[in-house]
Amino acid sequence: MNARVLDRSLLYAGAIFLAIWVLVPFYLIAISAFTPQAKIFDYPKPLVPGSLSTDTMQFFVEARGVIPSVLNSLVVALFTIVFGLALGAPAGYALARFRFRGREAFQVVVLMTKMFPIAILSIPLAVTFLQLGLYDNLISVALVHTAMALPFIVLVTGGVFVAVSHELEEAAQTLGCSRWGAFLRIVLPLALPGLAAAAIFTFVISWNEVFAATILTLRTRTLPAQVLASLSTSPLAFKFAGGLFMVLPAIVFIFLIRKYLMNLWGSR
Amino acid sequence: MAGITIDGVSKIFGKTPALKDVTLDIADGEFMVLLGPSGCGKTTLLRCVAGLEQVNGGRIRIGERDVSDLAPRDRNIAMVFQSYAVFPHMTVSSNIGFGLRMKRRPKPEIEKRVREGAELLGLVPFLDRYPAQLSGGQRQRVAVARALVMDAPVLLMDEPLSNLDALLRLQARADLKRLHKEVKRTTIYVTHDQVEAMSMGDRIAVMREGAIEQLGAPMEIYDNPATQFVGGFIGSPPMNFLRGAIRDGAFAGDGFTVPLSRPHGAEGREMLLGVRAEHILIGGDGVAAKVLVVEPLGAHALVTVLVGKTPVKVQAPIDVAVKADDPVRLRLDESRLRWMDAASGSALPN
Repeated sequence: MNARVLDRSLLYAGAIFLAIWVLVPFYLIAISAFTPQAKIFDYPKPLVPGSLSTDTMQFFVEARGVIPSVLNSLVVALFTIVFGLALGAPAGYALARFRFRGREAFQVVVLMTKMFPIAILSIPLAVTFLQLGLYDNLISVALVHTAMALPFIVLVTGGVFVAVSHELEEAAQTLGCSRWGAFLRIVLPLALPGLAAAAIFTFVISWNEVFAATILTLRTRTLPAQVLASLSTSPLAFKFAGGLFMVLPAIVFIFLIRKYLMNLWGSR
Repeated sequence: MAGITIDGVSKIFGKTPALKDVTLDIADGEFMVLLGPSGCGKTTLLRCVAGLEQVNGGRIRIGERDVSDLAPRDRNIAMVFQSYAVFPHMTVSSNIGFGLRMKRRPKPEIEKRVREGAELLGLVPFLDRYPAQLSGGQRQRVAVARALVMDAPVLLMDEPLSNLDALLRLQARADLKRLHKEVKRTTIYVTHDQVEAMSMGDRIAVMREGAIEQLGAPMEIYDNPATQFVGGFIGSPPMNFLRGAIRDGAFAGDGFTVPLSRPHGAEGREMLLGVRAEHILIGGDGVAAKVLVVEPLGAHALVTVLVGKTPVKVQAPIDVAVKADDPVRLRLDESRLRWMDAASGSALPN
């Protein structure tokens, strides 16, 4: 009994420590982004900001290249979602429904691709895209992002489809649906929240990805690539505002879909 | 209307044979129960008829039509699943009408038949609810209604009562039987519960390891089990078996002798003697035994006695005056004894 209480306390202490570890920098970035530019260099920094202003954010948004790069980022993310779900969801479905030889191995291999650093691939990728005439093209960035997001999409959607009982699908088939019809009318509506979660997660991956986006583009920069490119020449206020702007969607979305991310480790 | 012919059907999962050359004729309007322990192939056989599994050999005909290679939706069947498989994102009325909508029936007809189905199963007050707002028993009825309104000549049920609690199951069992009398569909009903099988089936096919061990009317199977397995599976309590051989005009085994007025079989042959609990009387001057435990069950008492080294269940009157460790004598109803070959477990002709 006491051991259990101790276990719980340790667990919570660990969780709280990790949360602080992650949240304190976020918090500092956030208050800095809403501090008037003149006060950014104040030291020691007050933990509760004395005066809030949107000056800094406004300065960032109005900076040259920011708006177009936001649009570029959105376009890339949307293409990534479309490509990623079109390729990944069927694979997830197959993992969930069919007992095929090498199924377990396939799951591991899918995850293992994440261990392969994109840096090693970057030069061959850039060369290939140059040869194909896809260099400095949003589609090419979306393709690379798709490749990066696919392992997660496959595993998350696999978990989503497992949660939809196979008997429902079979019942629909005995009631006059084809296999495909049963999928459309029964499985898809029930899997939709999970698929939406996978889509949002894909969006976050693409939105935050900087390396491939920087390597593969010159003029059509995504937002992270744009911020990175102007990092050394921009004032501190710009960096704080840009950091917050990029991190915010990720935090909000991850919070919304956290229950589906658990499928990655749990359920199977 | 249509009967079902299962002709030499086999099914293999990987390397494991799930069905071995199963042949079964089901008459039009018959209520056929597939009974057996888990893993015996009963559900696989049902799924083969439904078209949810492809057979590896043999043919399946519904009426005159060979359906072996057809998709489930082209077989003219309706099915009730063990988990009910009620669609959680649809109301009760959408669930019941789903099959009719898939068949593109006109809207007024769908409404009328959903209404009829709901009335038949007492679901009218719940038509606008979602499955999550229903109890297990109500969900089960939605699944049955959804299958019935299809007007398919063949109704397949896969353990539809196994997820209900005991009291509800008793009620639902009677309801399903009454329903079958009303709608007269050819029905295949899969269960592992021998009481369900006995009480509902026109005929029972007892399955074991992918084959039909015995096929017959419930009482026929109960009275004349074809094998030791069937006798031990059907009945509550199951049939008692004593191992021994005929010696000097009596059946003698390890530590017991059953006197017989008309010895059965050849002298010295190893046999099993099968006898049901209700065909044994405590008293008289028959087989010597010792009482192990007495269980009063309300209407009667179930007495477990030790005959030689074999525990034997005896159905006794509730006021039976024996207690644990009492020595007793048993009288076996000789006309009800069943004889089986000790090695194969197969019944010998009476």
